[in-house]
Amino acid sequence: MTARRFAAVWLAGIAVLGGSGCASTAGTRGDPLEDMNRAVFSFNEALDEAVLKPAAMGYEAVLPEFVRNSVENFFNNFHDAWSAANHLLQAKPAAALEMGLRFGVNTVFGLGFVNVAGAGIERRQEDFGQTLGRWGVAPGPYLVLPLLGPSTLRDTASLALDWQAIPEAFLEQGIERFALTTLNVISVRAGLLSATRALDEIALDKYALVRDGYLARRRNLVYDGDPPEEPAGTDNDAAEGTAPK
Amino acid sequence: MFRKIVLGFALCAAQVGVMAEVAPDAFVLQLSTEVIDAVKNDKAIQAGDVARIRTLVDTKVVPNVNLHRMVVKSVGPQWRTASPEQQKRLTEEFKSYLINTYSGALTQVKDQDVKLRPMRTGTNPNEVVVGTDVVNRGEPLQLDYRLEKSGDTWKIFDFNVLGLWATDSFRSQFARDLSAGGIDALIDRLAEKNRSIAGSKS
Repeated sequence: MTARRFAAVWLAGIAVLGGSGCASTAGTRGDPLEDMNRAVFSFNEALDEAVLKPAAMGYEAVLPEFVRNSVENFFNNFHDAWSAANHLLQAKPAAALEMGLRFGVNTVFGLGFVNVAGAGIERRQEDFGQTLGRWGVAPGPYLVLPLLGPSTLRDTASLALDWQAIPEAFLEQGIERFALTTLNVISVRAGLLSATRALDEIALDKYALVRDGYLARRRNLVYDGDPPEEPAGTDNDAAEGTAPK
Repeated sequence: MFRKIVLGFALCAAQVGVMAEVAPDAFVLQLSTEVIDAVKNDKAIQAGDVARIRTLVDTKVVPNVNLHRMVVKSVGPQWRTASPEQQKRLTEEFKSYLINTYSGALTQVKDQDVKLRPMRTGTNPNEVVVGTDVVNRGEPLQLDYRLEKSGDTWKIFDFNVLGLWATDSFRSQFARDLSAGGIDALIDRLAEKNRSIAGSKS
């Protein structure tokens, strides 16, 4: 299955699920499909606990840090090129040039395995979902995708395009491609081990925390770290009682 | 008599010294730098010594935070329905929870550097948003603060990690317990969480 087909199938599945009775309970603002999302979220959590997390822990335990960094840098290098393209599409030529340079420097001097540019040029990730957001496409309802996790309608639709820019896309289908995808997923998961440990530890409602975090993060990225203030009326200082001593 | 005058002068001078206002972004930069340096220079903290991290947070960070405002905002309208006793317990548990959350982040400090981003002021001159980037290798981590004027200095009443305001996140997470069992359910949940975090680290 190509990445494009894969995405299309998920989209169709979600449309069906979303349309059939799951929309009965009104969720929180920005999350009308909360019931369905919570179900998928639980599924993903169980899968992660059973398969992905143990694999990532094994990966971290077996490979020395510099090898893991090389794997990470290899995949990041491709993302840099795609980020540069999206910077251009968002009419941000300077940033595009920077990310293009990152890709160039890292490819020429490091063959993608060593992050040579790391010290000088900060990475600024862009994907097609952000490009759409930049031109005013609203994120739409929050969606938790099976296997892939948090997303929105806009970002889900953009995935098909973003997936054309990953290293796997340059290989014919087959075992190498599958291996590369697996490697990427495990590498990413291993990089997140300590973060998810912290998340599990502090979250009171992990679903809500991940959702709010994802939506805020995406909004933030669309506005390049400087989003306009949310409409007023969230601060209820007027409700303040007496301060407990 | 003479001693009294000298004392008076000394107090006046102290007053003037204190009255020199701190700019909010300078305040944030100084506080972040102090905390990061304290972690960098403390092997016990880097090794994950929870008691020491707590002491650091308690002495350096907490006095600069308006905890009351944070808890009221995080709980939302139900705060008003809570009895003084409930409010007191809720504030205590909230404080521990906040320290627990923050302590976890501090153990990750290694060779970070804090850079200020341009400050944003709204219509209210006594409240500002100060943005910082915590830089180490890779992508910078965005950490913003909402500050309110408190006498001659500033107090933090909200912070934002990668675009998500802490009180928004807390409120959304508290909502489930609040709607299921009210204030007491939330207090129990926070207490339970605090115990489990303390347990996992000892």
